[in-house]
Amino acid sequence: MKGGVLVFPGSNCDHDCYHVLKHVFKMDTDFVWHKETSLEGYDLVVVPGGFTYGDYLRTGAMAKLSPVMSALKTFVNRGGPVIGICNGFQILLEAGLLPGAMMANVSLKFICDHVYLRTETQDTPFTSNLQRGSVLKIPVAHYQGNYMASPETLLELEDNDQIVFKYCDAGGNVVESANPNGSVKNIAGICNRERNVVGMMPHPERCSEPELGSVDGKHIFESVIDSLAGKVP
Amino acid sequence: MKARVYVTMKKGVLEPQGRAVARSLASLGYGEVKGVRIGKVMDIEMKDVTEERAEKLLEEICQKLLANPVIEDYTFEIVDDRKS
Repeated sequence: MKGGVLVFPGSNCDHDCYHVLKHVFKMDTDFVWHKETSLEGYDLVVVPGGFTYGDYLRTGAMAKLSPVMSALKTFVNRGGPVIGICNGFQILLEAGLLPGAMMANVSLKFICDHVYLRTETQDTPFTSNLQRGSVLKIPVAHYQGNYMASPETLLELEDNDQIVFKYCDAGGNVVESANPNGSVKNIAGICNRERNVVGMMPHPERCSEPELGSVDGKHIFESVIDSLAGKVP
Repeated sequence: MKARVYVTMKKGVLEPQGRAVARSLASLGYGEVKGVRIGKVMDIEMKDVTEERAEKLLEEICQKLLANPVIEDYTFEIVDDRKS
């Protein structure tokens, strides 16, 4: 089983993601430079956070044109699991691999904090070990995390069970006061219709070891590794 | 040939920067300012194209890169620099 962590100019959570896959989960893992044109041989791809291309024009707008993105589309089309975290989520949105768009946080402040997430669906390779309603405590660090989509897209997301995580309070209540950035319907993470592509603003790679204060992020990587190993139906 | 592209947030999409600027203007005493929306202006230079072809290309590049059609609208104009 082999994992690939994409690296664009300006990625800065690539090492954290690599560390979790390689050292926490002992998975054979490579960094994959954005100029690569194939993702043949990989079973899992992580699009990590950062500030690719300095967030020029719009977050993720430049990265979506990197050569590796065509390879990523091929990987997605053949059903490979992909997770985009923070800027990785923004890149997947810009690339059209996930629906919707990101805007500046309503507060116009960069938010660096721990938030609570309620798991909205178990039906993705990244949440298969979780229960619907499970609450995770995971850090966020972003300026452009205000998720937005057209009313039609939102309806589709709900109808197809594509909302993966919502911001909530410690008790799992999805309330406006628990929404750090203004995201519509408190959305923190979504998946595509085929369910193999997940994007989320919070950083599970920053809370996958007890030394970091929380292991809630570990469940997300564990889920996909178990899914790949066929341990989860 | 020169072109100017305007990218603005779609109507109905909250634009937090403009809202903050509008509040600041109000605190400066400009009660007449009802709202502010901030967008982007991009000046583009093109070569070896007719005006018709330039418009077609501008449409394409706005769709593909310069604007995100989910949240943004765009318009553009050809600026005739030969007269200036």
